[in-house]
Amino acid sequence: MATDKTSSLDDIIGEISSGMTIGIGGWGSRRKPMALVRALARSSVTDLTIVTYGGPDLGLLCAAGKVSKAYYGFVSLDSPPFYDPWFAKARTTGAITVREMDEGMVKCGLEAAAARLPFLPIRAGLGSDVPNFWDGELRTVTSPYPDDDGRHQTLIAMPALQLDAAFVHLDLADRHGNAAYTGIDPYFDDLYCAAATRRYLETDRLVTTEELVEKVPVQRLLLNRLNVDRVVHTPNGAHFTFAGEYGRDEAFQQFYAESAKTPEAWQAFSDRFLTVPEDVYQTEVDKWNAEREDAQ
Amino acid sequence: MTTGHAGSTPDPSADVTRAEYCVIACAEIFSGAGETMASPMATTPLIGARLARLTTEPDLLITDGEALIFADTPAVGKSGPIEGWMPFRKVFDVVASGRRHVVMGANQIDRYGNQNLSAFGPLQHPTRQMFGSRGAPGNTINHPTSYWVAKHSARVFGGVVDVVSGVGYDKIDADNPAFKYLNIPRVVTNLGVFDFEGPDHTMRAVSLHPGVDAAEVAENTGFEVAGLADAGVTRAPNAEELRLIREVIDPKGLREKEVKPVSTSRTAR
Repeated sequence: MATDKTSSLDDIIGEISSGMTIGIGGWGSRRKPMALVRALARSSVTDLTIVTYGGPDLGLLCAAGKVSKAYYGFVSLDSPPFYDPWFAKARTTGAITVREMDEGMVKCGLEAAAARLPFLPIRAGLGSDVPNFWDGELRTVTSPYPDDDGRHQTLIAMPALQLDAAFVHLDLADRHGNAAYTGIDPYFDDLYCAAATRRYLETDRLVTTEELVEKVPVQRLLLNRLNVDRVVHTPNGAHFTFAGEYGRDEAFQQFYAESAKTPEAWQAFSDRFLTVPEDVYQTEVDKWNAEREDAQ
Repeated sequence: MTTGHAGSTPDPSADVTRAEYCVIACAEIFSGAGETMASPMATTPLIGARLARLTTEPDLLITDGEALIFADTPAVGKSGPIEGWMPFRKVFDVVASGRRHVVMGANQIDRYGNQNLSAFGPLQHPTRQMFGSRGAPGNTINHPTSYWVAKHSARVFGGVVDVVSGVGYDKIDADNPAFKYLNIPRVVTNLGVFDFEGPDHTMRAVSLHPGVDAAEVAENTGFEVAGLADAGVTRAPNAEELRLIREVIDPKGLREKEVKPVSTSRTAR
């Protein structure tokens, strides 16, 4: 029998140390491993480098002062007010160094790391300010093969985005690290895992291997055992982003963004939803939604 | 132009709104595109792309903006039968293939077509944060990229963009063939239609919408626009196009929310 990798959020965060580079799966405000992000925000680790298609994951970590450097293609909440307020604050105060890039360059850099290559060539980035965001860390490479007209193409040499750890959220998984998405898009979660030394998977539903393979077509089995070190069962863990079996909590996301506007509002938000364990968070979110419905 | 409804609408252009001229201009962005992926990023170009697909460009691929390729051409905000799957990772494959024409928005565009949707101010310490560069660097270097600006102003069309997200013509390295696919066919705004066929690939007026004159464009642009005095008038939609816009693609009139209604009479100014 293969290894049982089920763990607690604390087990996982215990393996994270300050200064690490962490890749966070999902996309914008879509299927983000928010339970792991919340646990990281509560922890004592600092000085993290984050690699992400950014959403409220990056925002919450900026709010908690955990981020010193960020590699991203974009940062978006995907619905109004669109711009994440905590990421915006970290940027406009100069609190973080960024290696902003084209969205396609994130995929390219993860693929390079997954294949243990130092770089992959890509057209995206040429002529734009992306190289200027990288302060000399981003170089070009010239093709050894000429085009038909005898000239040689010079392309961006996208460096491998090697990760110390990857956090991803999949809709269902077994105890060994086999996992599937049930929504419309796998995003890039398999690449994050392939690019990382340690791979941490949270899942809404922990099922037997038999149930997993019965539930979904094989093409949805995005991760196998080679891709995952620990599995944590986190029902509704992607909240307030959406996952395969629940939508985005738009009202709560707006409340998050509103709460960032004043120190008092953020303190209240933080006391109720961030400094608490995951099960308390989920209970408080249910209460918050019930209060909101009562008020209407 | 054939007008299937000529009997019931003697003068179909009489009450055409500014937003509807914008839709026509956005549809014409895709003229001759053939079997390519149309990726409009706002309501007006989305209506335009679907109008093109229902009239002259039936082979365009359009998606739901998430991960599904539509078989039919549904109304704005509606779903419909699908013909394929286009998750984000496959979008990047399409970008690299060049078989795509995107219509992006812009916080800033300069006279050479450099575009910014990332942030205002210094790169590592901006004064205002927006989305970051998104797919703009990859779009512009790989395939046709047009822009849609719902409110044409000197703030958008200023001097120099703060962050180059979308690459402009003056950034092309003529010695490097990796730049050979850069192509910015159109900028459509609430005032008119523009391209970059002015001297040294600078922004040029192609047509102004009815009711807009050269002075209004000049007042709202921070640099000189080539060909402004000679620009024609944006063509009116025909009766069939108006029917498709009003009854099929955008029956709720979302286009009028993106582009404020203004008089389309040339004598109004």
